[in-house]
Amino acid sequence: MLRDVAIVGVGQTAFGEHWDRSFRDLFVTAGVRALEDAGVGGDEIDAMYGGNMSAGQFINQEHVAALIADYAGLASERVPATRVEAADASGGLAFRQSVLDVASGASDVVVASGVEKMTDLGSDETNDALAGSADREWEVFGGGNVAALYALMARTHMDRYGTTRRELSQVAVKNHENAAKNEYAQYQNEISAELVESTPYVSEPLRAFDCSPASDGAAAVVVVPAEEATEYVEDPVYVEATEQASDSLTVHDRRDVTTLDATKKAAERAYDESGVTPGDVDLAEIHDSYTVAEILAVEDLGFTEKGNGGEFVAEGRASVDGETPTNPSGGLKACGHPLGATGVRQIADATRQLRGEAGTQVEDASVAVTQNVGGTGGTAVVNVLSDRRSS
Amino acid sequence: MGAGIVSYGGYVPRYRIRTEDIARVWGDDADAIKGGLRVESKSVPDEDEDTATISVEAARRALEGTSVGGDDIGAIYVGSESHPYAVKPTATIVGAAVGATPLMTAADMEFACKAGTAGMQAALGLVESGRIDNGMAIGADVSQGAPGDALEYSAAAGGAAFVIGDENVVAEVEDTVSYTSDTPDFWRREGERYPQHGERFTGKPAYFKHTEGASNELLERLDAEPEDYDHAVFHQPNGKFPARVAGSLGFDEEQYETGLLSPEIGNTYSGASLLGLVATLDEADAGDRIFFASFGSGAGSDAFSLLVRDGIEERRTGLRETFEDVEYVDYAQYAKHKGKIQEE
Repeated sequence: MLRDVAIVGVGQTAFGEHWDRSFRDLFVTAGVRALEDAGVGGDEIDAMYGGNMSAGQFINQEHVAALIADYAGLASERVPATRVEAADASGGLAFRQSVLDVASGASDVVVASGVEKMTDLGSDETNDALAGSADREWEVFGGGNVAALYALMARTHMDRYGTTRRELSQVAVKNHENAAKNEYAQYQNEISAELVESTPYVSEPLRAFDCSPASDGAAAVVVVPAEEATEYVEDPVYVEATEQASDSLTVHDRRDVTTLDATKKAAERAYDESGVTPGDVDLAEIHDSYTVAEILAVEDLGFTEKGNGGEFVAEGRASVDGETPTNPSGGLKACGHPLGATGVRQIADATRQLRGEAGTQVEDASVAVTQNVGGTGGTAVVNVLSDRRSS
Repeated sequence: MGAGIVSYGGYVPRYRIRTEDIARVWGDDADAIKGGLRVESKSVPDEDEDTATISVEAARRALEGTSVGGDDIGAIYVGSESHPYAVKPTATIVGAAVGATPLMTAADMEFACKAGTAGMQAALGLVESGRIDNGMAIGADVSQGAPGDALEYSAAAGGAAFVIGDENVVAEVEDTVSYTSDTPDFWRREGERYPQHGERFTGKPAYFKHTEGASNELLERLDAEPEDYDHAVFHQPNGKFPARVAGSLGFDEEQYETGLLSPEIGNTYSGASLLGLVATLDEADAGDRIFFASFGSGAGSDAFSLLVRDGIEERRTGLRETFEDVEYVDYAQYAKHKGKIQEE
């Protein structure tokens, strides 16, 4: 990067079923909280990037970046506002665009936000909107919605590596346990593996409690040049790397259906850029849209070897006191998954960890990774954050 | 003594279909549905039963053995969301059947599942103002659930009738409060055969918000606590919601179990909370206090505080005993009874 970038403010709404709150109410709340956290005034903002997957289908609203700028009170400041879309990686990508904007020298203070209002629709329409992240012609028309495609990955992983149904359940159990102390999480209740396995099948072998829920919510973060970061806050978090990679949109065209090559490649690039190795990572906020996705992610991010992800979680190595805690926030499963907001929420949670102010705090956390995936893996964004400036 | 319930009667068709038999047809997991809804079976009307026949049966049971004759009834309100006619009242059919016509007023009510209690409040107002001696309020439905919709597991048939007056009162209305807002959680548009609903939106922002809103307001006005009541009856769209709302308000299972019929008969819509009240009055003793709250989508809740008086023993109807004589039907028979399949 041309110049280093730091995070100086984070904010979010609680994630959940906000029947009484509108799309604009959500992003304004998250944005105000992030600005207050950073001590930044609206007139200091140079640019905004908003992650949103499908406001067009969920609330029949497009042109949401202008809406965000307007209701943030920044239309009169003529602040450039850009919507970023990569299915449920939209938030991660909005963050990456914000970082690149500051890194390039074009802007000094940029707000990255993510928002989704999902609960205005019934389940059929919601599922249809979600299916838009897969290939409509080659997958969805044939019955391959996102749950079915992740189920296919799970079956293959189980068949090839001996991953068990119980190991899938352990991902959900761990994430609910972590969310119990997260005031923003949609589900703050602990659950048992037996309960997970008693819920109805969504797409065999995945059951209802293997899936992240439909949620309303928004998150926002403020990024500035690293060299100026301490002028805003005492404890900035530094962006050591922000990387992104693509893969074939369809699962059947992939090199390997049990690997998200987009994650793998983005992670490789991020580790290269930051000089961090998987072993250096103190915690990771990862994209468990389905339990199997977390198992794939701990492999693809290099925390354990391919095929061992289920065991890695079940043995407690991904638990908050384990060797690489994953989703100490509760992840998508328990925090909720307002599609476009999730990638920014991950940055907010990783930042809280590195500041030492998370609900379920990882001890001595210094280096964090976030991984945000679009759909089944056509897009992945991987970020490396640190509480210390390395360069 | 204040006005209140003079007599009452409930009717539930004797046919039942088990949750398993519906789940088998649609490929659902019956145990998961029973666990989620807490409904084991639901009532099914006979082929020739509708809201009018159910209302008449309930009305006759309410008048049986009382000194109230047809001529003594000055108003009949029938609340339902499945009136057989879109234009032409069900209440006139009931009025004619019980001999209350012609010197009376009659009207049909609609407020989703709480139209019956809306009728009770209207009758109560006419009695308390002295315009009539007795009024009859009925809530009845042969409720509709589209094939394959989640509603199919609960949409049932039944109804109850209450004579409201100020003489020979067996359950005095201490107070009643309504809590209403424009909340589109469940609806059926003109000309549509089956209702639509907002899925999880029917819960927290609809059923719970309004039931709790009316209930808490009533308790506050009476300066009462849940433990002041011997019984509690809530609208029962399934077995789960009334138990949950009872818990959140501070009532316990001992208070609501007598009036909780939905696990056995499903959701009789406009009849549901009223049938629960019938079952409770059948067990209540003079001096008992009953907390009673309906809910209707759209949305609103009517809460009542009732004080049971002497004479209740003579008015008991044995509603629960009628549930011992039931006949289970399979899905095909159910579909025929409900007119979902018809002879060409």
